[in-house]
Amino acid sequence: MIERFDPLKGERLQILDESGRARPGLEPALGAADLRRMYERMVLTRVGDAKALKLQRQGRMGTFASSLGHEACQVGTASAVAAGDWFFPYFREMGVYLTLGYPLADYYHYWMGNEAGLRTPDGLNIFPLAIPVASQVLHAVGAGMAANIRKLRLAVFSTFGDGATSEGDFHEAMNYAGVFRTPTVLVCYNNQFAISVPRSRQTASATIAQKALAYGFAGVQVDGNDVLAVRAAATEAAERARAGGGPTLIEAYTYRMGDHTTSDDAARYRSKDDVLDWEKRDPVARFRLYLASKGLWDEAWEKGVQEAAADAVEKAVAAAESRPPAAVEDLFAYTYAAMTPELKDELAETEAGLKGGRR
Amino acid sequence: MIMTMVQAINQALAQEMERDDRYVLLGEDVGRDGGVFRVTEGLVDRFGAERVIDTPLAESGAVGAAVGMCALGLRPIVEIQFMGFIYPAFNQIISHVARLRNRTRGRFAAPLVIRTPYGAGVRALEHHSESTEALFCQIPGLTVVVPSDPADAKGLLVAALRSDDPVLFLEPTRLYRAEKQDVPEAAVEAPLGRARVAREGKDVTVVAWGAMVPVARKAADTLAAEKVEVEIVDLRTLAPMDSEAVLASVRKTGRAVVLHEAPKTCGLGAEVAATIGERALLSLKAPVLRVTGQDIIVPLPKSEDVYYPSPERLARAVRRAMEF
Repeated sequence: MIERFDPLKGERLQILDESGRARPGLEPALGAADLRRMYERMVLTRVGDAKALKLQRQGRMGTFASSLGHEACQVGTASAVAAGDWFFPYFREMGVYLTLGYPLADYYHYWMGNEAGLRTPDGLNIFPLAIPVASQVLHAVGAGMAANIRKLRLAVFSTFGDGATSEGDFHEAMNYAGVFRTPTVLVCYNNQFAISVPRSRQTASATIAQKALAYGFAGVQVDGNDVLAVRAAATEAAERARAGGGPTLIEAYTYRMGDHTTSDDAARYRSKDDVLDWEKRDPVARFRLYLASKGLWDEAWEKGVQEAAADAVEKAVAAAESRPPAAVEDLFAYTYAAMTPELKDELAETEAGLKGGRR
Repeated sequence: MIMTMVQAINQALAQEMERDDRYVLLGEDVGRDGGVFRVTEGLVDRFGAERVIDTPLAESGAVGAAVGMCALGLRPIVEIQFMGFIYPAFNQIISHVARLRNRTRGRFAAPLVIRTPYGAGVRALEHHSESTEALFCQIPGLTVVVPSDPADAKGLLVAALRSDDPVLFLEPTRLYRAEKQDVPEAAVEAPLGRARVAREGKDVTVVAWGAMVPVARKAADTLAAEKVEVEIVDLRTLAPMDSEAVLASVRKTGRAVVLHEAPKTCGLGAEVAATIGERALLSLKAPVLRVTGQDIIVPLPKSEDVYYPSPERLARAVRRAMEF
């Protein structure tokens, strides 16, 4: 399917149109349970995201990067992950984390300002989210090189934004991926903005997907607000990777509906009309219409999904907020494999200085 | 066996790669060419192109890829061709390599080794004579190691390879073939985080590392004729530093001169001097002095000796300390 949509001809893979109708011949053979689970995760992401923004305004959450509008990109990509695969995410990834089974309480805990929330539970192959832009794409490619060396049949995913494609690390990662034919699925969430700078200022290329061609592998642009399209492209790319077919670049064309983070004000640099226009393409609403057309959705079920999401979110917030702050020792203990004598001295001095209590 | 530092490092790499197939070597020209200094000579024939990997010409790429390799259980060894070309990888080193263990509370770590030729004194091209170790010594989580002779190069590299922490292993270019030495056949670790007394003396402590250790020895010979006994502390691991070894020597001698070829300002000499000031002030009979490169760009070869600390400059500083 990937090769059928040529980015140089401006072709974009879309399975669900904006009214949720599936295009003939492209509809995936997914069962009711799979489809509904994807929807539940998209709703959970949206509800969990909205809660995080509320908590931030109440001073209970640190600076937060909202996933609003990225639900199809995130859930669609993560739905292609199989047991044994690895994921190297960027930083706006609630839907990926939830789809892969990362505890929401941990995700909140990290954004509330605690390193412990970034400790991936054992058994989950998710690297910690990456803040320095594009740096994580190289990690994914290196993991892919290791998979080749160790003859492991697995796919390695990495996600990043459109701004990341301007970074040197993106270029180096693409180049290594091509040269070493790494089993990597590189997914760019092209949400049109790197904070305030529009996509047109990141590259003169007509698409991001076409960049893959210059590195010697396939690239495809997909509708990033169509969860089935993202999932289909990521699934095919992952299967290709596991079969030794090398890397794929997927450009998921979407829009960042929220501010860059809670420290940003997107009204400074983009028009309300643009945002309203993209609201019509909302990924959750579109998938809901599709499910309804398949007889998999009704008001009663929706109510249950929303209530379950709200309940899970409340429980996660309560769990995250009930955790004590990191022990002072934990701030020192993971610097090296073993604490150095100097660090032990500094720890003792720090603890003595905190005798009056922590702020 | 009698060998150069290049041969000793090559032997350490070969023995450890033989012992444990998790080690992979990657970098520019490390394969067929055996590295521009021939440090990796013969390794691609022995271990194959899958484990001795010629990478595209991209330093951030090599270090970043190595981080990902660690996730899948490999132990990558990255060669950066010259320290002057490590800076594109600086983001990967400071943002990921050094802090991965901490930011995942121990779930992941990057126990990789980055080897790179380092330092001036070989009349090399522009950008090939850097000694910017201090930039790296301030990064929590990173271990910075510099050997000063072939046997120690082997022992310290073996320890670096076996360490569960990331190690920046700086190989003084000037010492690569400067002297030969009997190097033990067995791969035996020289402990990381431990300085050594390279020469005993009672009058003044000279703290040095890498290519400065032979400079210190020369000065010490000159000064011995003047009845000044110099003790040389070879730091070996610059970070985390073995402060106790430095302090023990200074408490004995009462005087200290720090010698390094990097520029003076915010060089590691400042850290050594401050540590002595904080913890051994009352042992001092003279201020702690620094003999270093000047705060200028390393000159091109025709003027290199203006910059490079000489035994004479060190001897003058030691005399000042003695006469204080």
